[in-house]
Amino acid sequence: MAKRIEVKDLDIYYDKFLAVQGVSMTIQPRSVTALIGPSGCGKSTFLRTLNRMHELVPNARVEGSVVMDDDDLYGPNVDPVNVRRQIGMVFQRANPFPTMSIYDNVAAGLKLNNKRLKKSDMDDLVERSLKSANLWEEVKDRLHKPGSGLSGGQQQRLCIARAIAVQPEVLLMDEPCSALDPISTQAIEDLMLELKTNYTIVIVTHNMQQAARVSDTTGFFNLQGVGKPGELVEIDETTKIFSTPAQKATEDYISGRFG
Amino acid sequence: MSTSLKTPEQDPDLNTPLGGVSLTAGQLPRSAAPTTLVAAGVAGLLLWLLADWAIVLCALLAAAAYVVIVYTWSRTVEGPRKATDRFVTALVSGAFLLALLPLISVIATVVTRGVARFDAEFFTYSMIGVTGEGGGIYHAMIGTLIITGLATLISVPVGMLTAIYLVEYGRGKLAKAITFFVDVMTGIPSIVAGLFAYALFVMVFGPGVRMGLAGAVALSVLMIPTVVRSTEEMLKLVPNELREASYALAVPKWRTILKVVLPTALAGIATGVTLAIARVIGETAPLLVTAGLTDGDNFDPFDGRMTTLSVFSYYEYQSPGLFAEASFDRAWGAALVLMIIVMVLNLVARAISKLFAPKSR
Repeated sequence: MAKRIEVKDLDIYYDKFLAVQGVSMTIQPRSVTALIGPSGCGKSTFLRTLNRMHELVPNARVEGSVVMDDDDLYGPNVDPVNVRRQIGMVFQRANPFPTMSIYDNVAAGLKLNNKRLKKSDMDDLVERSLKSANLWEEVKDRLHKPGSGLSGGQQQRLCIARAIAVQPEVLLMDEPCSALDPISTQAIEDLMLELKTNYTIVIVTHNMQQAARVSDTTGFFNLQGVGKPGELVEIDETTKIFSTPAQKATEDYISGRFG
Repeated sequence: MSTSLKTPEQDPDLNTPLGGVSLTAGQLPRSAAPTTLVAAGVAGLLLWLLADWAIVLCALLAAAAYVVIVYTWSRTVEGPRKATDRFVTALVSGAFLLALLPLISVIATVVTRGVARFDAEFFTYSMIGVTGEGGGIYHAMIGTLIITGLATLISVPVGMLTAIYLVEYGRGKLAKAITFFVDVMTGIPSIVAGLFAYALFVMVFGPGVRMGLAGAVALSVLMIPTVVRSTEEMLKLVPNELREASYALAVPKWRTILKVVLPTALAGIATGVTLAIARVIGETAPLLVTAGLTDGDNFDPFDGRMTTLSVFSYYEYQSPGLFAEASFDRAWGAALVLMIIVMVLNLVARAISKLFAPKSR
């Protein structure tokens, strides 16, 4: 598990509007890569191109290449469904399936794809996933209650459990803690640090302390100006970005003197 | 482009509170509004009983008197804001009562006149050989259920699939055109739907054809747009995040629709379908021309005339024959049965939407 992703000269469009321009970066396996930057600069848009969720928006498209261990995700004959099988995603707002129980939510990745497992194997998988997401102790007595009855932080961890139950190579997280209290945030950050031993993690965050705490590499996105596309300003080791960034814009942003 | 903004007469100084507004205000006693209402009502009643004016006129006068008295009283004691509040409250309640009035009147009439024939014979016999009293609506009940059932069987798949196309796949001109024509279809007079179905079946079976299936087709023409509309609205209510969550788990689009979107919207769709059934089950005109009327049992929708409750009711009233009273009783009885069926359908819809609704505990 865990794969390296090489992004090269990626231009991301919404119809004719160029949203993000010329992104090139390498995402290292078994590490946490954080993407920071002001709102609207294209971090989330970029993240969604990594598992081909971007193209779900009508007329959205990309140019350039995203290569995961020799496979171009945007090559011809690549089935986006197969891409998403290897690259999972956790969203900003917790979105458990409201019609399903906690158990079924975790098993959703398999059940929705009609993969049948023996009951004991499935139980095992659900338990392991929930344990990895630090949720098992809290829900083990009510696995068959609806997932929407959990608190916000628990729902977000449920979504993480759901994402890792299908054992992806890469886990994308789009501001996973932005709607959570500090305790739930702490739980999820701990979880990320545990998960990075097995997964490649890319996280978009508005919280620079969070980026500093959890990530190994940090990329800074910025807008060139109003109405202009976003771009990757620089990407480097987190310690370097937060101490001696190469670009003035990065320094201004992380020190709060933005603009 | 002029961008002139309205300059306020006085430059309000927003940094200091206005002040001078007392926290207490005059208030009518709690019993003021009910007392006025009763007084106005009694006055209206007296006018009706003693002066012998028309009852509707009396009721209107009483209502108007109540509104005027409460408004002026409140305005002098409580000030304009509360007076307006009381005025609008009176208007809204009045409109509500006005809307309720015909409804209650219809239900009361149908129930009082319909129960006369609620006996065992009514529900177990057809009209074969009945010229006077007695006879039943067994054939019409079953006919209604068969024809409406068939119409549902045709409309629900077509309507639901159309809605799924419109919400999940439809883009551009084709989707817009379909939406437009579905909207147009909701306005088709039911007799036109009946004539369409009749013409369609004449092309296949020749003139004078009457069969239950033709009735079902006519009803489904009326039902499909309702099903499409309600399903479409329900599918649109499913949050996009759920679809994305499913895609992110590498679930293909069709499976996402089938296993995530539809189950989430199922409660609403079930309600919409039931209401669509309730809307067509009482249709008379299209069934008159397509399914016709027969005295005996015919439960084969592919062959021959088939009686439905609404058509039966219509004929019993329109051509009562020698024993008019018995005919009228049967007509009202059939109407009551139809109403009960619709009521049961609505209860079923509620039960279904409770059953399928996403739970949180």
